[in-house]
Amino acid sequence: MRETSVRRTVAAGVATIALLLAVGWMLPRWLQFLATMAFANGVVTLGIVLLMRGGVVSFGQGMVFAVGGYAAALGSNRLGITDALLLVPAGGLIAALVAAPFAPLLARYRGIFFAMLTLALSMVLYGVLVKSSTLGGSDGFNVARPTIAGQAISNAASGFAMYALAVVVTGVLAIACAVYFASVRGLVSLAVRENELRVEYLGGSVRRVMAGNFVAAAFLGGTGGALAALSLGHIEPEFSYWTRSGEFVFAAILAGHHGVIATFVASLLLEIVRSFSNLYFPNTWQLALGVFLLVVIRFLPRGIGSLWLDRRDRDAPAAGAQAEELQSQAPARNGTTLPGGAA
Amino acid sequence: MLLTILIDGVTYASWLFIVALGLTLVFGVLKILNIAHGSFYALGAYAAASFVGWGATLQIAPAFSLVAMLLAAVAVAAIMAPLTERGLLRVFYGRDEVLLVLVTYALFLILEDVTKLVWGANPYYVSEPYQLLGNVQVGAQSYVGYDLALVAVAVACGLAVWWGLNRTRSGKIVLAVIHSPEIAASMGVNVSRVYTFAFMLGVFLAALGGALTAPMISVQPGVSVGVIIVSFAVVIIGGLGSIEGAAIGALIVGLARALAVHTFPAVELFSIYVAMAVVLIFRPEGLFQRMQARKI
Repeated sequence: MRETSVRRTVAAGVATIALLLAVGWMLPRWLQFLATMAFANGVVTLGIVLLMRGGVVSFGQGMVFAVGGYAAALGSNRLGITDALLLVPAGGLIAALVAAPFAPLLARYRGIFFAMLTLALSMVLYGVLVKSSTLGGSDGFNVARPTIAGQAISNAASGFAMYALAVVVTGVLAIACAVYFASVRGLVSLAVRENELRVEYLGGSVRRVMAGNFVAAAFLGGTGGALAALSLGHIEPEFSYWTRSGEFVFAAILAGHHGVIATFVASLLLEIVRSFSNLYFPNTWQLALGVFLLVVIRFLPRGIGSLWLDRRDRDAPAAGAQAEELQSQAPARNGTTLPGGAA
Repeated sequence: MLLTILIDGVTYASWLFIVALGLTLVFGVLKILNIAHGSFYALGAYAAASFVGWGATLQIAPAFSLVAMLLAAVAVAAIMAPLTERGLLRVFYGRDEVLLVLVTYALFLILEDVTKLVWGANPYYVSEPYQLLGNVQVGAQSYVGYDLALVAVAVACGLAVWWGLNRTRSGKIVLAVIHSPEIAASMGVNVSRVYTFAFMLGVFLAALGGALTAPMISVQPGVSVGVIIVSFAVVIIGGLGSIEGAAIGALIVGLARALAVHTFPAVELFSIYVAMAVVLIFRPEGLFQRMQARKI
């Protein structure tokens, strides 16, 4: 990635953070909280998007989400570290450390096997957490409100303070991801997705890319977990449950693997749909969520990012047509056959 | 002690095998890893509870409750399978495998609420059939006859599906579709009908597993969730799409769990995943899956 474009990405990111902070100041408290959770979940989803660029989907990001959350919560309750600026990165780091030994193993797997193995890992952690009475068992435990940069937060200011923390942390990580996605190493992930053997022939190490991506995704997941636990003021084993991981995958599919901004738009959208269906259909919110998911997969197959990225393609018709032509030339590129065609 | 573990493990493996057989069959033919399989299991359990309940109010002989359970599974398969396969899954054929997993996840979420709407959130109890077959004395221990009958049903299901696939004309057609849907279609096979049939059989097995379990548990929201994860572990161990694999996988998981329950109960939940992890480290594709050449 050229230096000018790095600078441009960073500038755009910083401007977005500033804008979000200004907007957040004016939001009502419930919307601040909703946005805070959306950003916390969005970071985790960003991790899945990062993995998706390499062609794998993790159905177990709940594991690193929970590890990060518990790390931050225990750091606050047991070790007496109260500052969120320490607790949040610590959550990410510990999640990355926990994930690192599994990375070389998981790097061998693709597709459903990768998804199911990560799912199994997260469920093992769930089992441990539910059984561990010192960590509060299935009820979890409460976490005290953190300080930020040494400043205690008053009750009235806590909504915006946590929102600001979430915006800044996720903003920095999002910029880092945007830069990484456009870097040589980030682009190798896309190449792995297209054709692993060619990457190997060209001298790249597919396994190293996949393992690296997994650890990076774990860091993102842990950071999101720490943010979520501190904002909620509570943590429970449900953080690691497979339905939670399913929601992260859902958000990632909703986002598509194109860009960073789409991830947060998707996360926010999902959070809004969840809150409102929780409010208006308390008994059938899962039904509403399921229908929403089906509609997205059916009508926005390439994710919400395709809404504006496709328009960009249309503005540059030559490039778009070329890409389309390439696609039509290689219909069975992934080796998938079309059962529908035979019907 | 050893005998107890063995019998407990085999009993648990039996119902697990019935459910996992359906899962692996659907994956083998349609290439869909169906999360909603657990919902069909739950539907089977609920339907069985209702059918047995109606039988009791109509004052039909208690032995009828065993038939009622079978009818419940058939009803679930006959109603839900065509609706799901023709109405929903068909729209998404040809898309990425992981995306299809997500489609069935959405279906799982929807069915979770639908069962609550239909049957309410209160638990159902149908313990009558469980006592029907009496007890069996093995050595010093006595075992419930129903548990042992479950083993027989599981073996029968496995043999029937194996025989149907490998020894009959329609089974050969299904195998041809598994091998290559396009070539089968060009040979005049109605691939679409094979898909519907296979899916229906898969749903029937899930619902049957649920119906047979209903007398042993309290049927309430949440029964669908646990079974999915465990049966996934089974088919992953055995190799996706393999019947023998599902049988061995179910035995491994059942015995691992029984061993954990009787020796060290705290690790019950892990024992299943540990078994799965060990198998996958040595056989990444599962025990009964052949390695496939990759396209360049």
